Amino acid sequence: MSVTELQFQAAAVGDAPVAAIQGRSQWQLTWRRLRSDKVAIASVGVIILMIAFALAAPLIAAITGHPVDQAYPTTGQNSFGNPVGPGVHGFLLGTDQIGRDLLVRIAYGARISLFVGLLTTALATIAGVTLGLVAGYFGGVVDAILARFFDAALAFPFIILALALASVFRPSLTIVIGVISFFSWAGISRIVRGQTLSLKEKEYIEAAKSLGAGPMRIMFIDILPNLLGPVLVLATLYIPTAVTFEATLSFLGIGIPEPAPSWGNILSEAQQFYQVAWWYIVFPALALLITTLAFNLLGDGIRDAIDPRTERIFAGSKATRKRGRRKRGQLSLDQAILVGQQDGQVTDLPITNAGGDVTS
Amino acid sequence: MTDSLTGPAPSGFPSDTDLSDDVLVRVDNLVKHFPVKGNGMLGRTVSQVQAVDGVSLTVRRGKTLGLVGETGCGKSTLARCIAGLIPVTSGKVYFEGQDITNLKRGTMRPFRREIQMIFQDPYGALNPRRRVGSIIGDPFAVHNTATGAERKRAVQDLMARVGLNPEHYNRFPAEFSGGQRQRIGVARALALRPKLIICDEPVSALDVSIQAQVLNLLADLQDDFGLSYLFIAHDLEVVRHVSDSVTVMYLGRVAESGPGDQVYDHPRHPYSAALLSAAPAADPDAAAARQRIILTGDVPSPINPPPGCRFHPRCPKAQDLCGTAEPALEAKAGDPATHLTACHFPVETGEILARADRREQR
Repeated sequence: MSVTELQFQAAAVGDAPVAAIQGRSQWQLTWRRLRSDKVAIASVGVIILMIAFALAAPLIAAITGHPVDQAYPTTGQNSFGNPVGPGVHGFLLGTDQIGRDLLVRIAYGARISLFVGLLTTALATIAGVTLGLVAGYFGGVVDAILARFFDAALAFPFIILALALASVFRPSLTIVIGVISFFSWAGISRIVRGQTLSLKEKEYIEAAKSLGAGPMRIMFIDILPNLLGPVLVLATLYIPTAVTFEATLSFLGIGIPEPAPSWGNILSEAQQFYQVAWWYIVFPALALLITTLAFNLLGDGIRDAIDPRTERIFAGSKATRKRGRRKRGQLSLDQAILVGQQDGQVTDLPITNAGGDVTS
Repeated sequence: MTDSLTGPAPSGFPSDTDLSDDVLVRVDNLVKHFPVKGNGMLGRTVSQVQAVDGVSLTVRRGKTLGLVGETGCGKSTLARCIAGLIPVTSGKVYFEGQDITNLKRGTMRPFRREIQMIFQDPYGALNPRRRVGSIIGDPFAVHNTATGAERKRAVQDLMARVGLNPEHYNRFPAEFSGGQRQRIGVARALALRPKLIICDEPVSALDVSIQAQVLNLLADLQDDFGLSYLFIAHDLEVVRHVSDSVTVMYLGRVAESGPGDQVYDHPRHPYSAALLSAAPAADPDAAAARQRIILTGDVPSPINPPPGCRFHPRCPKAQDLCGTAEPALEAKAGDPATHLTACHFPVETGEILARADRREQR
């Protein structure tokens, strides 16, 4: 499902017509559509850059010569003991209140945020999909019990449970991952359960049963591939949620404990200094914003690519814009003019089914 | 309920005296009721949909049994019971003399290889997310009979056998036409070399010219592999074309069964006669000459079927007896022993069904 593979296939079709005909899979088609979505591709770029930034954290520390936990009371603080601004004494993004390099700390924070985001999403997706499949496929008592679990998990007050856990146990990365995963799986389970309920009535499931296939085979080989689209979209949209969850927990002091940096605990410290050091709160917040935005836009892009029928208001690709305009042509006259004015192109509106009098 | 269980008298059923090797599948007094649940979580069973209610039939080795009847008469439910896809309420299904009723998945497994199904909807019966090679190779994967290159070769052989291009191995079902998809379904059913293939309306979703192709394919395969078919359809001409014997169902019961020519040319049950009279005839002269029997009313609900003969509220020949006593499925006077009719007052050849006639003149 990569670019090279597609190119290879294209080459194979052109050069060797003898080769077996390979149908395009759902994923190949999705990828083709996704590729033409500029916003989604830009988001992928941003995400790759952010991951590279996180992975390169030790390298950044080495280049700047500022280890992550090293405070520089002389160069990193001004005469009032406040953080120094971007560019001063070789601190590209400034320092924090005890004179640590903010750039290095944001880079190390990116590691924690992305790690927590990706790992919790992976855990929640695996648990959610498995339990949703089991509940939906087996139905009956199994479903009744599991469905109550989903409801219970969704009904838990997130912050209160996190506070309680943090007061019982010492705040740690494990607790953060556990808490976020616990609050994420049930949503996925519900969606998967609902889809499974309808998919299991399909004739091809009956066909698989008549072949003698067992429940495991039916759930994971016949049903799961049909669910991967919505699950992928959900998972992509869960990553930014998990990143924000982690930041929230750390901000409240019940997440990643100091001195390990995370975007949340940097922001938490920064709130006391934003009047004297704007960079201290702006840069970590920007990192958080860019990351969550990129994942959200990518999720939207994947959803559109998987199901091209969904309409989006803000779209990067020409095809979507054209589709949008065509659709507007079918609106009522008033709406059409309203939309047209917003677009600044009333003149080339195809008003085809204007039923009323056109005396404007 | 005891009434329905005794259903057709066992004595009138030929397979009791005929347990030779000739019989591949014997269905004995099969009953399938679906509970209708009330509202709420605990939902007590309020009533039963009596989808199949005491049906007996026999599929002979290398022969085709056609099963006809209108929508909702229990044909497909019966097929699923025989295939072991849904549990049976009561009654027995014997395959080569062995009782396969309500077997657990593990014990049913060897029989799955012998009994395969072809489904009605060529679009719904193939997983849209799997490649054709993988779909046809599924039986091999489930039963671990062939792997890797061997499986691929077997699948391509099957594809060639059912008239598909083996090079299309890597395509998805969406890239095929309805007829081609039905061929994929046939190839999958054929993969394990079963003895019985249950065809649940295999051609009703297809274009007429494609129907002929698929029917001819099924006939060829029957000759080549000695298959037996249980062929379910509501197209009477299709059933006549493929079947050696025919069973007519009405509201979960067998109305009439017998050799195809017998049932088609001399229907004894008024329902069979009405059904046959409604089928369009290809010959315009024959179409003009035939007497159409138009039934009044709708099919009663299978939740609350009428007592006695289930057809009596709509039957042009119904008398008081029909509403009280259930007719046994037995050979009527003048019929061969294999031609069974469940009717107190069977139709005589040349008889004009009075009530229906009157209605037509109106």
